[in-house]
This record gives sequence, C-alpha cells and structure tokens, in this order.
Amino acid sequence: MCHQTVSLVARHLEANGIPTVVLGSALDIVEHCGVARFYFSDFPLGNPCGHPWNPDMQAATVAAALRLIESATGPRTTVRSPFEWKPDPDWRGRYNRVRPEDREKLLAIGDARRIARGQPPRKEAPVRRG
Amino acid sequence: MSPQPQPAPVPYMERTRNYYRALGYEDDYVWAHFEDAPFARPAKPLAAMNVALVSTAGPGDRSNRDARGRKQVWSCDAAAPPASLDTDLAWDREATHMDDRETFLPIEAMRKAAAGGIIARLARRFHGAPTDYSHRKTMEVDAPEILRRLREDGADAALLVAI
Repeated sequence: MCHQTVSLVARHLEANGIPTVVLGSALDIVEHCGVARFYFSDFPLGNPCGHPWNPDMQAATVAAALRLIESATGPRTTVRSPFEWKPDPDWRGRYNRVRPEDREKLLAIGDARRIARGQPPRKEAPVRRG
Repeated sequence: MSPQPQPAPVPYMERTRNYYRALGYEDDYVWAHFEDAPFARPAKPLAAMNVALVSTAGPGDRSNRDARGRKQVWSCDAAAPPASLDTDLAWDREATHMDDRETFLPIEAMRKAAAGGIIARLARRFHGAPTDYSHRKTMEVDAPEILRRLREDGADAALLVAI
C-alpha cells in the first residue's frame, strides 16, 4: 500500500505544480498507478534508499533520485538504481509466496484478521460453537 | 561479453492478489490505475530548490492515528525526528530489517545532498503519508493536506519514499 499511497500523493502534488520523484521498490504498483518520475530501487520492500548501515549507498541513491527531478523530460520516467541487493539470489521468490503446505495456516491467519477487523467471515469458514 | 540480464522485478500486485486469496478473501483489491500522469516542470534549478521529504512511516507512539485507529497526515521537524518510527507496514521481513531509519526516511542523505549542492536545502518538516486501502481518502483527504503543508514550508519539490 505504501507505493500506491506515495504515487497518488505525488500525482496530486504534480497536478498542483510541485515536481516530485518517487523512490521505491515496487515497480509494478508505481507504474500501474502512473507517476511523473520514479527512481526504482530493486531491493526488498523496506530499504529503498540502500542497504542498512551503508550511508554512502544511501546518499548516492537519494542524490540520483533527486537529480531525476531536473533531468526527466516527461511523465512516466523510470530510472533503475545500479545497486544490487546483497548476495541472496532467492529474495525475490520468497516475498508473500503461497505454498500449498501453508494453505491451512494462511486461512487461519485470514480468519483471525477478519475477526480483528470486524469483517464478515469467509463463506466456508468453520462455524464457532459454544 | 554482454552484461548479465537484470532479474525481473517482483510482481507485487500478483503476489498480493494470490496471498489475499490464500487468506480467504474473495474480492481482489483494485489497485489505482491511470492512463495519464501529471507532470510539473521545475520552475528553478534543482540546486536552488527547497525539497520536502515524504515517507509512509509514522511516529512510534502512533499519535498520527485517530480514535478509530485510522492514520492521518503527520509532520515532524526534520531536525528532531522521533527516536522510534511506526513501520508496521508490508515490508520484507525475511530479507531485511528496518533498524536503520536512513533506509526509508533519508534525512541525513538529504542533508548530504544539500551540503553537496545538489539541492539548496531540505524542507524544515518531513511528512508521513497515511497508507490506506481507500484511494479516495488518499486522493481527496491526505494528498491535499500534504500539499497544503508543503506550501506552508515553501517546498519547491518533493522526494516521496515508499516503504
């Protein structure tokens, strides 16, 4: 939801004359919404500005994003950061994955979530008695 | 030798759709989508701009939430950020952590950009944009409020960082 939120806010600022650049890691969400300028950091969600405790990478990332404010010539300009995530080739496949063996656990999480939020139960949810 | 092809980015909308279906939700979330995108041309050089920072983090004490727990726009003096931030959002808890504020709220990196002459300065406040499933709340309530606050601070441009 973070990427959609900043994209919608950026669109409003742009429409009112304030140039913006979005810095984030969810390329599909930002481009689906449509923004003026997007600096894409292909990192796990949470650290779009760079590796934790790496101020040089963070400063370089932010500087490159800022330069896009001036260098973009039209809307929907996306630039990809040259930095790579740490040696961990599998992170892209793990996020929010749904494995068959997790089915019951995920349904239970969903049921608890609906109760906590006051939402109606799913249709095939077990009925609580007693 | 040709360079290695870059890996395909994570399809977050598809992953989210499949995850919520697995949680038992029947109706898929409809993500905001527009064909066009507004584009403001800078009125002055970047090096002369007062640039605002907008994040989706909130204060650690959750004082940005109303009585029903719904988040509101939150602003904070950039010289005195809170010791803890509310990052209870959808981030990758398996791959990383959020113990370093600068990875998502880059106040020091913005100061370096100002010191290096890339921008004139960081605006006096940074702002927390409330994440909300409602496109309408973001577009009609929160975004206008952030615009109002940026104008109060004399911001010429904004960097918006998504967690």
